[in-house]
Order: sequence, then C-alpha cells, then structure tokens
Amino acid sequence: MNFSEVFKQSNQLCKVSPDGKYLATCVQYRLVVRDVNTLQILQLYTCLDQVASMEWSSDSLFILCAMYKRGLVQVWSLEQPDWHCKIDEGSIGLVSSRWSPDGRHILNTTEFHLRVTVWSLCNKSVSYIKYPKACQKGMDFSADGRYMALAERRDCKDYISVFVCDDWHLLRHFETDTQDLAGVEWSPNGCVLAAWDSCLEYKMLLYSLDGRLLSTYSAYEWSLGIKSVAWSPSSQFLAIGSYDEKVRILNHITWKKLTEFEHHPTITNSKAVVFKEVEKRPVIPTEDLSIQQIAMESSLFDIQSKYEIPPLPVQVPVVKPDPDRANPKIGISAIAFSVDNRYLATKNGGFQVQSLFWHCSGDSVVLLGKDQLCLCYMATDEEK
Amino acid sequence: MPESSFEDINNIYVSSTMPPSRQYSQSTIPLLPFRHYIGNTEFCTENNTSECMLYISQELLALGFPSIFFDLNGLRELDVISALNSMYGLLQMHRRAVGMLAELEVEQLRVSSDLHCQQLTNSKLKDQLELSKKENLRLCERERQLEANTKALHHCLKNEKEEVQKLQNVIASRASQYNHNLKRKEREFGKLKERLNQLLTDKKDKKQGMDVLNYVGRSDGKRSQWKTGKTDSRHESDMYKALLNEFDKHQRELMIENAELKKVLQQIKQEMVGILSPKRQSGETQKEEKPKEFTDQQIASDEEEENSFKGTSEMSCEHAREQLSNSIRQQWRKLKDHMANLDNKASLVHLGQGINEEMISKEVHQEEMERLKLEIQQCKDFIHTQQQLLQQQLSTPWDEETAAVLTDCYMLEEKERLKEEWKTFEEQKKNFEMERRTFTEAAIRLGHERKMFEEDRATWLKHQFLNMTFTDQMNLKTQNTLSEYAVQEQKHISSPKTPL
Repeated sequence: MNFSEVFKQSNQLCKVSPDGKYLATCVQYRLVVRDVNTLQILQLYTCLDQVASMEWSSDSLFILCAMYKRGLVQVWSLEQPDWHCKIDEGSIGLVSSRWSPDGRHILNTTEFHLRVTVWSLCNKSVSYIKYPKACQKGMDFSADGRYMALAERRDCKDYISVFVCDDWHLLRHFETDTQDLAGVEWSPNGCVLAAWDSCLEYKMLLYSLDGRLLSTYSAYEWSLGIKSVAWSPSSQFLAIGSYDEKVRILNHITWKKLTEFEHHPTITNSKAVVFKEVEKRPVIPTEDLSIQQIAMESSLFDIQSKYEIPPLPVQVPVVKPDPDRANPKIGISAIAFSVDNRYLATKNGGFQVQSLFWHCSGDSVVLLGKDQLCLCYMATDEEK
Repeated sequence: MPESSFEDINNIYVSSTMPPSRQYSQSTIPLLPFRHYIGNTEFCTENNTSECMLYISQELLALGFPSIFFDLNGLRELDVISALNSMYGLLQMHRRAVGMLAELEVEQLRVSSDLHCQQLTNSKLKDQLELSKKENLRLCERERQLEANTKALHHCLKNEKEEVQKLQNVIASRASQYNHNLKRKEREFGKLKERLNQLLTDKKDKKQGMDVLNYVGRSDGKRSQWKTGKTDSRHESDMYKALLNEFDKHQRELMIENAELKKVLQQIKQEMVGILSPKRQSGETQKEEKPKEFTDQQIASDEEEENSFKGTSEMSCEHAREQLSNSIRQQWRKLKDHMANLDNKASLVHLGQGINEEMISKEVHQEEMERLKLEIQQCKDFIHTQQQLLQQQLSTPWDEETAAVLTDCYMLEEKERLKEEWKTFEEQKKNFEMERRTFTEAAIRLGHERKMFEEDRATWLKHQFLNMTFTDQMNLKTQNTLSEYAVQEQKHISSPKTPL
C-alpha cells in the first residue's frame, strides 16, 4: 500500500468530491482543492474565519464552508472561482449547515435548534422550518433526494415532517408515538421511514412515505434500547443494534424480527475465524471480526504487526464500562451492510473503532481506529 | 400335701431330665409309679414278702439308709427298728421333697409369671419400637421435604435477588441517562438565557441575509415552477406514484418467487410419484391383490389429476394453489405409508417369520377391517331406516277414509292447485267462446247492415242521377254534398271494420 505525502488539514476536514475527481481540504481558514490523481492544487479559497465544517455539493460543483462561531456560511464554485456566496445567519447563530441533495439549497440549523433556514442558490426564496429536534439524527434525505424527513418537537410531543425537496413543500406532518424521538432514516428505496426512540425506551416505528404507521417493534422494556440502526441496500432488512449487545434484523414484509445476533465475549462458533493483530509494542489491540478469509498483512511505518489466527474458543477482552455514566460504551455502536446485501459488519463494545465502512464492491471493509487503519478483504471459496 | 402336687412331681420325675443337684443316681433301678398311699397292697402280698423285703432293702440301701436286715446265720431278719428308722427317714425325705416341690412350684409359678410379664413387656416394647421407627421414618421424610423446600426457596431467593439486581442496574442506568439529559437541557437552557440577555441588551442587531454574486441555475437545468394548488396535487401524485411503483416491484418479485416455488413443488410431486410407482411394481409379489389395485388406481388418478392440473398451473388462483398443496400432501402421505409398510416388512423379516404370500401386513389388514366395519355400519343404518319407513307405512291404516285421504297426502297441495288452475282455465275458455259467438253475430249483423246500406245508397244515387238534369247549382251543391256524403259514407263503411 502506498501513501502520498502528508498534507495539512484542520478539524479533520478532508473530503473527496462525489464524482471522485477532486480532493478538498481545509487548513484553518483556507480551502484547498486538489486533483485526486495528481494532487496538484487546483483552487484556493479564503474564508472569513476558521472553517468548522465543509461539504461538497452532490454535483461536485460547489463547496460549502461553515463557520459556526460567526454564524457564516460561504459557498465556493469550482467552475467559477470568482463566484462567491455568503450566508450570514446574524444574531440567531448557527449550529450546523448542510447541502440539500440537489446541491442548490443550503439548510442551516440555528443555535438552540430554533429553526432550520433553507437558503436557495437558484432564487431568492428562503424557507423556515420551526422547532426542529436536536437529536442523534433529526434530519434525513431519501436516497433519490426527493424527500426530506425532519424530526420536530413541540408541546412535549414528537412530530415528523416530510418535505418535498423540490420546492420545500410540506407533504406530511404527523405525530409519532415516541417518548423522545432520537432519529429518522429513510430506507434506500425511499418508501419507508424508520424512526426510533431514545435509548431509554426500545421502540422502532416504521412509517410509509405517505405518513401511515406500518409497524412498531420493541424488543424489550426498561433496559437501555436502540443504539444504532442500518438499512440493507435493497431495503429488505433493517438492522437494529442495541445496548444489550445484540443486533436484531427485521424483514420488510412483516416488520417482525427475522433473526438476532449476539456478541459473546467468547467466540466458539466453528465457522468463525478470528484474526488477532500482534504487534511488537506492548499494547495489543484486538479486533473482533467474524469473516471468512483474509488475504493481507498491514504494516504501518516501522511497527511490525501481523495477524495470527488463534484457535477457538477465543476470548475477546472486554472492558466493563462504568455503569454510572450516561451513554455507556456497551452495545452495538456501528452496523454496516455490504453493498451486495450479503454481509453485515457490527462493532460491539468499547473498541476504539471510529468508523466502519464497506467498499462499494462489497468485498472489503475499512475500519478506522484511533491509531490504526484496517482493511479487510474477503475472498470467497466458491470460485476455487 | 395336695394330690395334684404328687402327680405333678410324678410327671416331673417321669418326663423331666435329671436335676443337677440330685445326688442319688437312679439309673440302675427302674422307677415305679409314685402313688399316694391308699392302702394298696398290690406291691406286697403274703407270697412275696421276702422278695418285697429284699427289694425294699435294696432300695433303701440305694437311698443311703442302713440295711433293714441283719444277718443271722444267713437268714435275713427284718430289723424293725432300722426299718422304722428307714421309714421315718423316708418320711422325712418325703416331707422335704414335698416342701421342695412346693417351693419349686412357687418358684416355677413366679418364673412363669415373670416370663409372662417379660413377654408382655417384650411385645409392648416391640410395638413401641415399631411405632418409634415409623415415627422416625416420618420425621426423616418430613425433614427431607423441608430440606427440598428450603433448597427451592433458596433458589427462588437467588433468582429474585438476581432480578432485583438487574432491575437496580436498569434503574441506575436509566437514572444516569435522565440525569445526563437533564444536565444537558439545563446547560442549553442556561445558554439560551444568556443569549436572550445578550440579545435584549445588545443594541446592534445583526441582520440575517444572503449575499450572492449571481443566482445559479437549478441542478436539473429546468426552471422552477410557481407554487399553486396544482403543484400540491402534483407532489401528492408523485409520492403515491413512487409508493405504487415500489409496491408493483415488490409484487412482481413475489410473483416470480411464487412461480419458482410452485415449480419446485411440482417437481417434487412428480419425483414423488416417480418414486412411488416403480416401487409399487417391485412390491407386487409381496402384497395382496387388493392393496395393489388400490394403489394402481391411486396412481392413475394422480396422473389424471396431474394432466388436468397442468392447465391450471399458470393460474394463481387459490383453488389451484390448494390443489397443488393437497396433492403434494397426498403424495407425501403415500410415501410415508409406503415407507411404513417397508419398515413393517423389514421388521417381520428381521423377526424370522417368512413372508407368506397369503399374509398381509398389519396395517393393510387393519385398514381392510376398518373399511369393512364402516360398510357394515352403513348397511345397518340403511336397513334401519328402511325398516322404519316400512313400519310407518304399515302402521298407518286406521280408517279407510283417512287412508284414502292420506294416500296421496304429499301431492294434495299440488292437486288442489292444479284443480284451481283447471277451473280458471275452464272459465276463461267459456268466456272466450262467448266472446267469439258475440263477435260472429256482430259480424253477421254488420254484413247484413252493409248490404242494406249499399242497396240504399244505390237507390239514392239513382234518384240523384235522375234528378241531376234540373239545375246546375243544384247539381254542384248536390255533387259537393254527394262527395262529402260519399266520403262520410266511406268513412262509415271503413270505420266498423277496424274493431273487428
């Protein structure tokens, strides 16, 4: 594996454009755009303050730089470097800023989540959406970019509003039967909206696009509930990871539990292969993966590390989290389906894995830890 | 001394063993019955006095008494003194013996009563022992039960404690979550208050706005549209279209899946039929005729079914689906039966009994029995009902009148109706006849009248024609009137035709 030279960036703001041609990085108040192949600097923009968040538009033509402290958003164009756009939220403040799926509207969430302002780059229209909810995932766009679901809260009740992204017309507005709505997520086919309650209550609600409640699922009561949610790419399955260290899969026909996976600290399944990374350093992190085969070794700089396969049963070291703290580091915190719907990767417990992603070809997983990057390839035996 | 005591001692002497304290041996001298002196002279008579005396002296010598004889020149003379002394000694001995006997009797009584007492106490103690053993067992049993109880309760208690612990953990985690949320909200509230303060005191209000060089075109290149009622409905329709497309896609997938599964089921069914038919043929020699025919018929019917079913396999109606699943189940059942039969035969062979050609397997036999029983039951029912009906028939001739009335009681109603209809029919017929007659009469009359009228007309016309030469005006008038009259006449003539 080859690595390029090191480039400076701040705030972990380093993103490749959606069309894969450009790489944008932010260094303090500057925005640097490079070509992905040659890494030559193509454009350089200067913002008014240190950039807190940066995002490419979906058509890779514009980049949004948000500066929360000053309540400013600046938009830069790749085609016309002279073009500028500055959105000032004024005294109302700014907490988050993002593009709409069509790449022509910017949604700013003001301080204290008082409202969401929708600025249009095509015309002078401004839309306001009042009382969005400040939760884990309060806003989600459907995969085709046509609809937006927004969680709202008024009068101690949770609501979901569905907007048409074309002209921000409110399509549906309905109350949800949750104590404290924590997140909404569209299914990849855009027809079902999953909404789940906060971790104090295990409740998953499934709504159809037109606002009808399709089904409710609750695995158990009282103990801490849902921690992470993931749809399968074909919309056939919904995986729910919870604090009881189990992943439950619902099927899209009956919305009932199809199967559940446990995460035992002791791995005894004869089909599982455990790869234990052994380093020369005294600290030995272990990765818990049940996958079929491996075909690589990783070496980072001078530290020699290799993977060995210990015999079953393998005891995975578990650090008991402090139960008195809120949001304890137990349970399934990351779930990812592979692109071809065949595999499911889950992260349980307090392992230092920041992110978990599948490659779009569906045969490799990237794990990003605090100090490590791990790539796992899966080769199938059937071809042999 | 009482008599009985002597007899007792008699008995003792005769039957009991020698007491160890007895000093004198008695082995050489046979015992004579010890009688109470009742003046019996059997022992000694006048004849055998010397023998008796000898005998007595021997006995006395044996007992330790000095001899009662003293020798005088070879003659034994009875020494009266020593004889009396010996007698006195004997008496003394006797008295002592009696005393000892009495003592012994008393002793024996005491001993026997003691023994009796002992036995009683022994039995009592045994009973007590039994009771106490039972009591012990009972207590042991109770103790065991109580131990088991306590164990179960311990277990319950442990479970309950675990539950409580779990619930406490849950409560603790929830409490920490609530606290965390509360703190977060408080912090936010605090910030909000600060901000509010700041805004209220801050004079310069930063305006909100967007500053852009020029507006960019839409990503899809189209112009944006005005917001009207139409757009709302368009949005709704778009949404429903998306949903419907999804449903359609889903349904198509399900249909494809369904078709595939049906195909698989068909294949399975065919394979099962295939498996069953050659096997039946191989088992021909070992089975009875009847079952074989039965199964052949079944196979034939299945094949028919299959052929008829091929046409319906494309249809997805419920009937076809049920047919398929039923036929699969039937085949499966047959396969199972076949396997069971094979198992039976295998077990019979295993038991060493040769499979006779006339022997049929147990199940087939049972099936036959069941079938026959069912048939018998059905026939019986049939006969029973027939008998009942026959009895009814036979038991009802009370009167001839009533019988006559009742013979066709089932058809009575219809007969009545039929009669009524006939009546009405007859009436209508009569009416028609009458009407026809009147009509014919009317027609005849009309014919007559018409003839008459024609004659009159002819004469009148003749007169007119003859009078035509007198005046022109008169002619014209009369012509007009004639024409009118002719028309009227024609009308008159034509009109009565129509009702006929």
